[in-house]
Amino acid sequence: MTTGTATTRVIGWIAILTTAWVVVSAFFLTPADVIQGDSVRIMYVHVPTAWIAYLAFVITAVASGCSLVRKHRTLGFDRVAGASAEVGVLFMAMTLITGSLWGRLTWGTFWQWDPRLTTTLFLFVTYVGYLAIRRVDVDPVRRARRSAVIALLAVLEIPLVHFSVVLWRSLHQEASVLNTDGDVRLDGLMLFTLFSGVVAFTLMFVWLVMHRQRLTALSDVERVVGLDASIAARRAEHAGGVRAT
Amino acid sequence: MKDLGFILASWIITLGSIGVLALVTVRRARELSSRVPDEHKPWV
Repeated sequence: MTTGTATTRVIGWIAILTTAWVVVSAFFLTPADVIQGDSVRIMYVHVPTAWIAYLAFVITAVASGCSLVRKHRTLGFDRVAGASAEVGVLFMAMTLITGSLWGRLTWGTFWQWDPRLTTTLFLFVTYVGYLAIRRVDVDPVRRARRSAVIALLAVLEIPLVHFSVVLWRSLHQEASVLNTDGDVRLDGLMLFTLFSGVVAFTLMFVWLVMHRQRLTALSDVERVVGLDASIAARRAEHAGGVRAT
Repeated sequence: MKDLGFILASWIITLGSIGVLALVTVRRARELSSRVPDEHKPWV
């Protein structure tokens, strides 16, 4: 028996089917944008990966908070926090890469030290650091406590990233959907495809987090079992040595 | 379709990376599961 269950299998299949629909709609059904042309088809991966990365980091912070408060379930919450951050970092990397490709087509450059791009890169690097710190401690309880504090501080960067296009003069466009005036600037089918993309990537995220937090649990158990076996072996060795002398 | 290379690259890199992570996760899970007894797997 691995980390899969009936629930993860159902989530996985729905994710695959939803993704297939998004690919068909993004490439063959939705129109090209009046200004950006076909390059707008990158939006259907770029925007969902960005939103799910935000979601992942918020879940990391919430689970970290719970791991600090609910001491009897510290490790369970900590594993969810770690798994969510791992998947969030991957999604954020995809946001940066797809954004860079889209930028080359619309702005004529892969990268600019623009407020949105720079704050997003900073957020990405922060969570890479968070994951690195998680690997420093061998003791799972100490790892949970230390990384929880960092996660609660790191999540404060998200509003800065999201509102960077409003706070500063940015090359990056303002939000077309989650904007401050509540006006949705997208055609009906384009909006539906975008939301289908959000659903597909959310399902992928949930599937990955469920598997990866169970993987961390297995890894922790294996480490503890291995440590116990080593201690028992050393004790037996020592006892044998004492008896021999 | 204009700029197809950039558009395809975005999709392939994104879905490909997620697919690779899923594969690595499942493989590692199979490997560890065989070494850890079932009583340590609350989801079973």
